[in-house]
Amino acid sequence: MVEKLVLVLTPVFAFFVGIFLEGFKRKMVARIHRRYGPPLHQPLLDIIKLLSKKENISHGVMFDLGPVILVGASILTVLFLPLPGFKQLTPHGDLIAFLYIMVIGSLGMALGAGESGNPNASIGIARALTLMLGYELPLIIAGNTLVLKYGTTDLTKFMTLQSGFHWNLFFLPLTAIAGFIATYGAMGEHPFDIFVAPQEVATGPMVEYGGKHLGLLMIGHAIQVYIETAFFTVLFLGGAANILTFILKQLGVIIVMTLFDTVLPRFKIENAVRYFWRWPTIIALLGLFIVYIGG
Amino acid sequence: MELQETLEEGYVEILDHLRKRSLWMLHYCTACGAIELPPTITSRFDAERFGIAPFVTSRQSDILLVTGYINIKTLKRLITVYEQMLPPKYVIGFGSCTINGGIYWDSYAVLKRLDLYLPVDVYIAGCMPSPMAVLEGFRTLMKLIDEGKANGWKKYIENYDYYKANQRKVLKW
Repeated sequence: MVEKLVLVLTPVFAFFVGIFLEGFKRKMVARIHRRYGPPLHQPLLDIIKLLSKKENISHGVMFDLGPVILVGASILTVLFLPLPGFKQLTPHGDLIAFLYIMVIGSLGMALGAGESGNPNASIGIARALTLMLGYELPLIIAGNTLVLKYGTTDLTKFMTLQSGFHWNLFFLPLTAIAGFIATYGAMGEHPFDIFVAPQEVATGPMVEYGGKHLGLLMIGHAIQVYIETAFFTVLFLGGAANILTFILKQLGVIIVMTLFDTVLPRFKIENAVRYFWRWPTIIALLGLFIVYIGG
Repeated sequence: MELQETLEEGYVEILDHLRKRSLWMLHYCTACGAIELPPTITSRFDAERFGIAPFVTSRQSDILLVTGYINIKTLKRLITVYEQMLPPKYVIGFGSCTINGGIYWDSYAVLKRLDLYLPVDVYIAGCMPSPMAVLEGFRTLMKLIDEGKANGWKKYIENYDYYKANQRKVLKW
């Protein structure tokens, strides 16, 4: 009974942590700009406002389903992530299944935005999927390096094996760097915000979404922020013994990401893919080689 | 839809109170008053601390800023953009041009009063209004939303024929 309750409440918890991380990020960006910045709960206010819009404009069934698929896939991914101290959907969290499920949300959004017929949305989707082609490669190599090191794909075991400062960040720095760059690309921060790009393609896939649709997309995005940071925390920052440490480590990831995000300009899509397939991939392969030699 | 209506009836005051803290303004600037917006948004005056952020598409935005004089050609686009936005939506008229034509008072191509064609919630006086005045306008709009008085979008739906007749007179549709 308690386990089921935890399962139901985990996405809600992930949503609120994601909202907190996003709000913190906006505040931090404001402080770097020497502004006061919005309140910490600003993303929540935005979502409430969007959900309370009177009308909704639809371009077809798939257009309505796109945000639903994004939120649904995000919730599923959250249930596969280990949470310190609580039992999640699978007792043996499988890294490979997790890597597969993680991309469903983007695909759902691509299907939804594709039906709107707006050329900006089509360009945005093309860019998002091409970018995914870029960051998936180093991410998978980095993930599989850890599988080679520990001889298991169980994410919960990853956390327990790293406890007591046996963090992969210290012992496998190259893999951790590659994993960080790949996660950073997955988050769509500068310079990899090619598919959102308000100045070029008017927020890309989201261009025709407004009102309640956009509210759902923002809920999905908040959960995605939680997923990406939690994934990096589990793989490289040693997991955590309790939830508070977990959130603090996620906050650390967000802080480092924001520091890069605030100062960098934007790549072109071909440069982004070339970058991903060159530097993080080479670094990840080096890390894999070190693990393979070191045994 | 009916469930939503009943919910809205009960919580409209709370919703208005939350709504006023998150206003996205459209990045569609028609004329010279728009030059006052960058300092309003960036570090010196920082409109984001009220939850006001620039957004790029009409589907996502709440405020339509009409920043100065309106040509007959501009009006057509302005109406399209306004009708694409999802209600509740608000219009802010910038400067004297939107009130009485300003320095283009006797021009053949410039319209004199904005609120004949679109329902305006807040006018900001001045040519041009300074960032302080713009922020004051935003604060006034937030106050009006909180009190439930920023009903321009309802007025547009109720008096649709009146606004359309005025628009047709100019555009000769």
